[in-house]
Amino acid sequence: MKTLRLPANQPLFIPFIVAGDPSADLTVDLALALQDAGADVLELGVPYSDPLADGPTIQRAAARALAGQMTLPKAVQLVAAMRKKGVKIPIIIFTYYNPVLQLGEESFFALARENGANGVLIPDLPFEESGPLRELGERFGLPLISLVAPTSKQRIERIASAAEGFLYCVSSLGVTGVRETLPESLGGFLGEVKRHSRVPVAVGFGISTPEQVAMLKGVCDGVVVGSALVQKVEQLLERLQTPTEKEAAIAEFAAYARSLAAPLHAPCSSR
Amino acid sequence: MIEQIPNEHGRFGDFGGKFVPETLMLPLEEIEVELDKALADESFKQEYIRILQHYSGRPTPLTFAPNLTRQVGGAKMYLKREDLNHTGAHKINNAIGQALLAKRMGKKKLIAETGAGQHGVAAATVAAHFGMDCIVFMGEEDMKRQELNVFRMRLLGAEVVPVSSGNRTLKDATNEAIRYWVAHCDDHFYMIGSVVGPHPYPKMVREFQRIIGDEAKEQFLAREGKLPDVIVACVGGGSNAIGMFYPFLQDDVRLVGVEAAGKGIDTPHHAATIAKGTKGVIHGAMTYLLQDEYGQIIEPYSISAGLDYPGVGPEHAYLASIGRVRYESVTDEEAVAAFQLLSQTEGIIPAIESAHAVAKAVELARRMEPDETVLICLSGRGDKDVQAMMRHLGMKEGEDVASAR
Repeated sequence: MKTLRLPANQPLFIPFIVAGDPSADLTVDLALALQDAGADVLELGVPYSDPLADGPTIQRAAARALAGQMTLPKAVQLVAAMRKKGVKIPIIIFTYYNPVLQLGEESFFALARENGANGVLIPDLPFEESGPLRELGERFGLPLISLVAPTSKQRIERIASAAEGFLYCVSSLGVTGVRETLPESLGGFLGEVKRHSRVPVAVGFGISTPEQVAMLKGVCDGVVVGSALVQKVEQLLERLQTPTEKEAAIAEFAAYARSLAAPLHAPCSSR
Repeated sequence: MIEQIPNEHGRFGDFGGKFVPETLMLPLEEIEVELDKALADESFKQEYIRILQHYSGRPTPLTFAPNLTRQVGGAKMYLKREDLNHTGAHKINNAIGQALLAKRMGKKKLIAETGAGQHGVAAATVAAHFGMDCIVFMGEEDMKRQELNVFRMRLLGAEVVPVSSGNRTLKDATNEAIRYWVAHCDDHFYMIGSVVGPHPYPKMVREFQRIIGDEAKEQFLAREGKLPDVIVACVGGGSNAIGMFYPFLQDDVRLVGVEAAGKGIDTPHHAATIAKGTKGVIHGAMTYLLQDEYGQIIEPYSISAGLDYPGVGPEHAYLASIGRVRYESVTDEEAVAAFQLLSQTEGIIPAIESAHAVAKAVELARRMEPDETVLICLSGRGDKDVQAMMRHLGMKEGEDVASAR
């Protein structure tokens, strides 16, 4: 059983937000706004105290969410809350390995399936360590999304051949965060990955402008945008938490997301 | 019989491994391959020993502590004098080894993290010695606690980067160093300061620190004609301890690791990872760590910046799990008392980290017979701690030490 069904023949816009930033309720609202803005898949980040793959923007968001008592079980339960509010797109749980280990690997997959999640991504669980979780993913119908990096080289073939759902390509060396320019070698790297991959290849890390998205449209099957959206949430923090301004703030967030999705889905749809 | 560890997956029993972002897998593999070649290369080993002898001052002495022994009134107490190394601690052994490896791999830029500053100073020192660039990540809180070492690093030409996340201590500095490495792994070598981190670091650091135990074994046999009954070493990440213990693992010697109990292991303010931690993943390795029920890392606490770490080397976790090494803990106050005791009985001011080992050794020796022996790994000297101790003991400059006891 596979629960991750991706729209065919269309480049995927895959936004990332942090569960509980700034609150559980607002995360649900933001998810809905992202779907309305054209998101094809949502990556829901579980806040972690020591996120090795993340830059300052997502670290701050995680700290805000943790201060609000967000946990892995609560984050997974947000998926069910999103479904109730009408979020239909696939949702991938993005979490570091240690919280999963403490909850229990099997319990985690069971909880994720029960709440309507569609896949799992664990950035600090490389291919060599991921065997047991890959099997659990298969058993629960929740693919464990694999990552490849510019340093993967000979590993690309091995990782790509086992990839399920989509393959997450890290654009450049470094942690998550907005980058002004993407490396020139990115096109070649993506081409190499695509040659080996049976599943769509999405690229992430550092993508923050519609221009970058437009540039990537032709060379990959999907674009992940994380820090740029989280930064937008950070800018809107106060307004999001002010009842009279909340709607306008969410609309502003959605407009920004739409501007990023538009180059992928041109001509721009109004969905 | 303890198996030869780690295995090819970097595992010590259930512990160890590589839990890092994909970007770092290739750099780790490159280090693994080059390390194995280097360890099998006689000329590499000779170069390492030559630098330790002529630059760092090895072998360090084995010192009998007659006054301490008399005062304690039990087993004979010996000190392995890592405090007499160049830069004042055992950290230089590992820094020299890793810098040589970095050089072999053609890397000219070093990244390091530091808590008490001793590893940062060692890294900055070898960078200067080998003509390499060095960037050291250090928690802002530790920079305050270890002002003197911050100055030393800068004087040696290293760039010290303040880390303001989390508790602003060693854990956070390590996170930041790893993040920096992810972005710069093509031309930087990450020099980890303890037996922590992803494979092959725990093995590599052990191999560069086992010189402590190898020398101690030979010196002790020459002096006493037998092995020590008990060996005591402090454990934060655990590099001095593993360096001392490793050559004795197959011998009939009691090995005791000492963690920082801070304000008490029954309070939330300690760094006693093995006593109070549970199995999990931190900084790329499966080990014991201080965490809450949801797997968020709990900030540790210790008076000593070098022991103020929520994890422990995976090999220690393994040795604890099979019962080969006993891990105990010592509070801030007990460590401070031992700091003063060793200073006043033997004229040796220990690092506050090492004072934890002294405190436990005193407690053990007291219950032992006069023909028995205790060997303490005196991992570093206390110069870096004197200001902090002065503040802690409420002394003002010029005040009589005795009045503050």
